[in-house]
Parts: sequence; C-alpha cells; structure tokens
Amino acid sequence: MGHNTFDRGIHPAYYKELTSSKKVERARLPVTVVIPLQQHAGAPCDPLVKKGDLVQEGQKIGDATSFVSAPVHASISGKVKEIDLHQHPAGYRVLSVVIEGDGTTKEWPATPVELSSLTPEKIREIIREAGIVGMGGAGFPTSVKLAPPKGKTIDAILLNGCECEPFLTADHRIMLEQASNVVWGLRAIMKATGAAKGFIGIEENKPDAVEAVQKAISGSTDLKIIVLEAKYPQGAEKMLIKAALNRKVPVGRLPLDVGVVVNNVGTAVAVYEAINLGKPLIERIVTVSGPGVKEPKNLLVRVGTSFEEVLGQCGGVVAEGEIEVLNGGPMMGIAQTALGVSVIKGTSGITVLSGASLKRPGFEPCIRCASCVSVCPMGLMPYRLGDYGKAFRADEFKAWDGGACIECGCCSYVCPSKRPLLHWIRLGKLKVREQAAKTAKAAGNK
Amino acid sequence: MEDNKTAQQGISRERLIVSSSPHFLNDQNIPKIMHTVVMALFPAMAASVYFFGFRALLLILVCVGACLITEYAFQKGRKRPVRVYDGSAIITGVLLALTLPPGFSIFGAILGSVFAIGVGKMLFGGLGFNIFNPALLGRAFLMATYPVLTTTWVEPRTVQKAVDAVTAATPLALMKFEGKFASVQDLFLGNVAGSLGETSALAILIGGLYLRYKGYINWKLPLGYLGSMAVFSGIFWLIDPTKYPNPLFHLFAGGAMLGAWFMVTDMVTSPTTSVGQWIFAIVAGIMAVVIRLFGGLPEGVMYSILFMNAFVPLLNKHTRPRVFGAVKEQ
Repeated sequence: MGHNTFDRGIHPAYYKELTSSKKVERARLPVTVVIPLQQHAGAPCDPLVKKGDLVQEGQKIGDATSFVSAPVHASISGKVKEIDLHQHPAGYRVLSVVIEGDGTTKEWPATPVELSSLTPEKIREIIREAGIVGMGGAGFPTSVKLAPPKGKTIDAILLNGCECEPFLTADHRIMLEQASNVVWGLRAIMKATGAAKGFIGIEENKPDAVEAVQKAISGSTDLKIIVLEAKYPQGAEKMLIKAALNRKVPVGRLPLDVGVVVNNVGTAVAVYEAINLGKPLIERIVTVSGPGVKEPKNLLVRVGTSFEEVLGQCGGVVAEGEIEVLNGGPMMGIAQTALGVSVIKGTSGITVLSGASLKRPGFEPCIRCASCVSVCPMGLMPYRLGDYGKAFRADEFKAWDGGACIECGCCSYVCPSKRPLLHWIRLGKLKVREQAAKTAKAAGNK
Repeated sequence: MEDNKTAQQGISRERLIVSSSPHFLNDQNIPKIMHTVVMALFPAMAASVYFFGFRALLLILVCVGACLITEYAFQKGRKRPVRVYDGSAIITGVLLALTLPPGFSIFGAILGSVFAIGVGKMLFGGLGFNIFNPALLGRAFLMATYPVLTTTWVEPRTVQKAVDAVTAATPLALMKFEGKFASVQDLFLGNVAGSLGETSALAILIGGLYLRYKGYINWKLPLGYLGSMAVFSGIFWLIDPTKYPNPLFHLFAGGAMLGAWFMVTDMVTSPTTSVGQWIFAIVAGIMAVVIRLFGGLPEGVMYSILFMNAFVPLLNKHTRPRVFGAVKEQ
C-alpha cells in the first residue's frame, strides 16, 4: 500500500540529495538590490519613494490600492539610486527600485504575540502590510487568499510541504529547521480564515521533515500531517487537495469552492515572522542547485539580490558549455536570458542545468504511445492538444479542454519523441485568449 | 536600464539557453523503444530458427532488409529526413517474417515487405501516421497474392526429422476442417506446424513479458485481447467440448500470442485512451474467435487486428478520459 496520492503523474529523478542535508546559510549582504514593484499576481505597486531617498531595511517602498496586490519593502538599508524598468525573472521588464546599500543591517527581535489577542481582520491586515505572497512560486497575495468571499466557508487549511520539483529543498529545510514556526503560522492562517482543521502535506521522501513537524504538532488534535507519495506534480494545488483530503476542485473553480485554502510552508513561516517579529517579506530561502552549480546550497537571500550574486556565493557555474539558469525548478521554472535578474518573493530555487541535463533541440513524429495521456494529472490528451495548439486551432483546443491544463509539464517530460507538448498547449491557450478578446471587442462594438 | 552586467563572472549571455518549461526530460526516445521491441522478438526468432532451420533465418533477414531498403528509398526519394535508423522498419520486417510459412517464396517475402513499408507506412506519412499495422497489412497483401503459398505449412523438424518439408496442416486448420485438436503442450512449446513465429507461445510470452517489464506495452491490450478470446471461446467450449476446442487451445494456437503481445500493442495503431484500449482489445479478441470458429478462414488474428485498427481514430475521439474535476452536465 502506498501513501495518499492523485491519479497519474510522473516519478522524475529528484536529485534532492545535492542540498537536502545542507543547513540554510545566510547569503552575503548585497551591495545593490533591484526590487521589482510587481512580485505577485495582481496589480503592480506604485513606488512610494523617489530617487535619492534614504530607506530603511523593511520600509515599505511600493504599494497599490487594489485589493489583489501586495506591497513591497526595502530589503536593505541605503539610498534609492534609481527607479526604472528592469528585467524580471518572469521574462518581462518591470518598474523596479534600485537601492544602494549602506552596509548596515537591522535586527528583527521576536516579541511573542498571543494569537488569541488578534482578530482575523487584524491577522489579514498584518499579512497584507508585510507583503506576503504565496512562496511556492505562483506569488498570489496571501491576504486575498485568506479572505473568503461572502457565502463561502473554509473548513480546512492545507500547508504544502510536498516540494515535488526536482532539485529544490528550500521547503524541506524550512520544515526541518523551523517546524514550530511553520505550525505557528498555520495556526494564524486558521484563525484568519476561521478554519477548524489544519493539515500539512509532506512527501514520503522527507521522513526527517515529517518527524520534525510531527514533534511540533504533538498534542494538537486539530492538526494533522498527511504523508503523500513522492510523485510529480504532488504539490500542484488541485492534486494536493485530492491526495490529502480526497476533494476534487471542479474545473475552472478555486480550492475555496471545496472549503480549502492551500499555503506553502514557507508562507506560513513568513506569516509567523510578520506577526511575531514585525518583519515584512524581505528575504527568503532559495535552493541553488543543479549540475551547473559548483557548490549547491540552501541560501537565505534578500529579495532583489541578483542571480549572479547568488550563484557567485555557490562557487559559480560550470566553466564551459551551455547552461540554462532557471527561476524555480526544472519542471516549471522559467529560463533566464540574463543573470542580472533579481531574486523575488516567489524564487524558491535557482536551478542551473548544463551538459547532458539540457534538452536537445528537435523532435520526432508522434507515435501515439499514449505516454502523455497516461501521465496527465488533469486527465487530458496532451498529444492532441499539442497538435491543435501548434496549428492555432482554438475551437478544437477549447473543445478538448485545453484550458484545464495546469502546465505541470509531465507530457513533455515523458514524450519519447521529445515533442514540446506543453509549449504547444501554451500556444493553444494564447490563441483561445486572443479569440475571446476579439469576440468581446466585436460584441462591444455592436 | 541595462541589466546584463554578466561579464564579471565570465558568464557570457551566449552560454545561456532559453527554452520553455519543462527543462528536464526523461531519457526515452524512439530508437530506444524500437530496439527494445526488436530485442523482445529475439526469443520468437530463435524458436523459429530452432523449429524450421536456416530457411527461417533467411526469411527474417530478407524481410528486414527489404523493409529497411524500402523505407530508406521512400525517405530519400521524397526528400524527407532519413529516419530509417529508428528501428521501426526492423520490427515490421521481423513481424512480417514471423507471420509467413517457413516454405514461403523469397521473392514473395520481398514483395510483402515492400508493400508493408511502402503502402502500409510511407504512403500514410511514415512512422506515427499509419492507420494499419504495416506488418499485418503486408501479410494481408501476400494472402491475396499468394493464396496457396501462404497456407502451405510444414511440420517442424522436431516432429519429422528424416524428411524435411513435409506438408502439414496447422492446428487451427485441423480443428476447422477435420475436427482434431492439437495438444496444448505442443502448442505452448511450438512443436506444431505454422508460421515462423506463431508456433511457440512460450518464446513470444518471454518477449512480451520483457516488454511489459520495460514498460513499453500497455498491459490492457494483451490482457484484453487474450482475455476476451479465452472468455468468448470458453463459452462455446462449455456448450460443446467435442465440437469446440478449449480456451487454452485458442490462446496458444496460431497467431494469437504474437498478435496479442506484438501487434495489438503496436503503439501507432492502437488507441491512446484507457477505455479505447479496452474496447479495441476486447472486440478484436472476440472477432478473432468468431473468424476461427465460424469464418471461412482457419485463423482470424490478422483480420481481427486490422479491422480494429480502422476504428482507432474513432475510439480516440469518443473515449476521452474524464477531465479532473469535470462538472457533470445538468
């Protein structure tokens, strides 16, 4: 009998051993940081400072008035050098605040807070003010997630400690080194949403993390660890909810429609720090790993530090040959065109692939082996969607449920013909969106 | 404004590869799959050489050679990328040879191979685009062009050591036309008259299980095919055991094993959905038994698979898997 899991999916090589036993180290204080004013899903922030201003570590430097957004804070003390467009790890240019550091750091002493003294509204306000977003990578503002719309009740909070991406171990280390803070954060999130039960989903390949968290929750009846099979994409929200709680989120709906909110374990720690330390989200743990990195490490990095600086503290990259530097893990990460980009709130890892681990260009015809169909966690037919997407056949793409794709990449991973299926599916989604926009415009002109 | 001060560490921008996710793929590829299938066919080939001698080896080599040359010629002639090295043509050649009687004409074997690859595969667009299993299509073509030769069988040499090439009837023909049933043990080991590779169920089973172990065949397909053959033929056997042979006879006689493990499971010509695969295999199994018991031919494996091949696009279209979290239509 295996552990709880979802249907289909893949078992890639994980390579977690490169960093899983390495304690988190604090990265050097960067001389300059480039802090993008958008590090989250939703509206970008407007700068609250101007060129030449002196800023303190933790000072709010950008905010927005819209509900779905999260402010950003200075990660070092110093002087604002410029506010300009800079390359963002998601692949586009974003208005960013460049701060030149003065070499000083601020202490964040803990002043323990009784959770019972806080109202749900107050907790959400602290979370929003601290600029906390989902730290698993998607970067959805946490305060928004914790505010269920009227008429919806949340009965369970599910912390995501799966970390199913190969190479990444940041969440693993957090659960090992800060298990009690994870649990404290979970309780705060439960209080903010009114959920009675809290669950922590951890994959079976991290038995030490299970042990550490188990110790931290011992004695609680409302918290439970759920050990899950090590399988990709176990950490995808919908897959995790199915595996841990056996609830299925309907297509096109959100987890809160089945009474669940999923948060990353790192997010829970950020919530703990925001409430107890008064510390906004200005640094995070980043796993720097992959065959292209000389000394893989888990580093505590300040937001805005450049990839290049971080890689430099890990012995740099391999001396020769092509490399692919990713914001995130190898399955869903985004390849970077320059190493000057900044670590942002959602940077769970910097993976550097090189040599044999790189993809070879080119692909062969589809041999209908059905591997992609048999691994798609969403129950789609990727080879078919890929063909429709590639040919820009938006109607058929839609009819075959292309919109339900969660872009986990299992299909491309298993394809023996090395067809870039997910890439074509993204093209299909793009065409569907274009078509919808066109229809909406035509309707508006009438 | 400028963000690429990447020179400090000597990481030049030219070294950075940019592609869309996933950036990490498994190590499967088409030649690997195809060559494993060829490996899995070795026990069956060895058995055919053991039972029918050098002639069997010659037929296999001729078919493989003709298939490779045909594919190469088509790809060169149509100025397409030459993919003949991927090993799929070798499989077609071996499978075609294994469906031929040991005494088959060499010229006929070449003709069948050219048809199998040329018409069965390349005219459809090459690997991945063909509707019918090329080897079976080649065999069907030979059935039409050499009706006598394709049904003239010899005893394996373990039975008739002294005289080579004694004409004999296959167990299925004996059953059909004379009402005699061969022993299941002889069928299982291959000690009966028949096509090159159709005789030894054991050798094919070894290869088939190896492929299953490697993960290159979907267990639903051989299981559905052999299972439905067993159940369906079992019904008739229970009704009248003197008139109808038992299910084991059906499984081990003729091309059932070769078909179930190497032809029903052909990736290109079998459905991609789970439900589709079940329907495909089960209906083909029933069809094979119907032809064997009630049709004009002693053997029905070939036509049962070719017939179901034609339905694959339809099955793929109408047996879509359930989308995760699909909302029931009211």
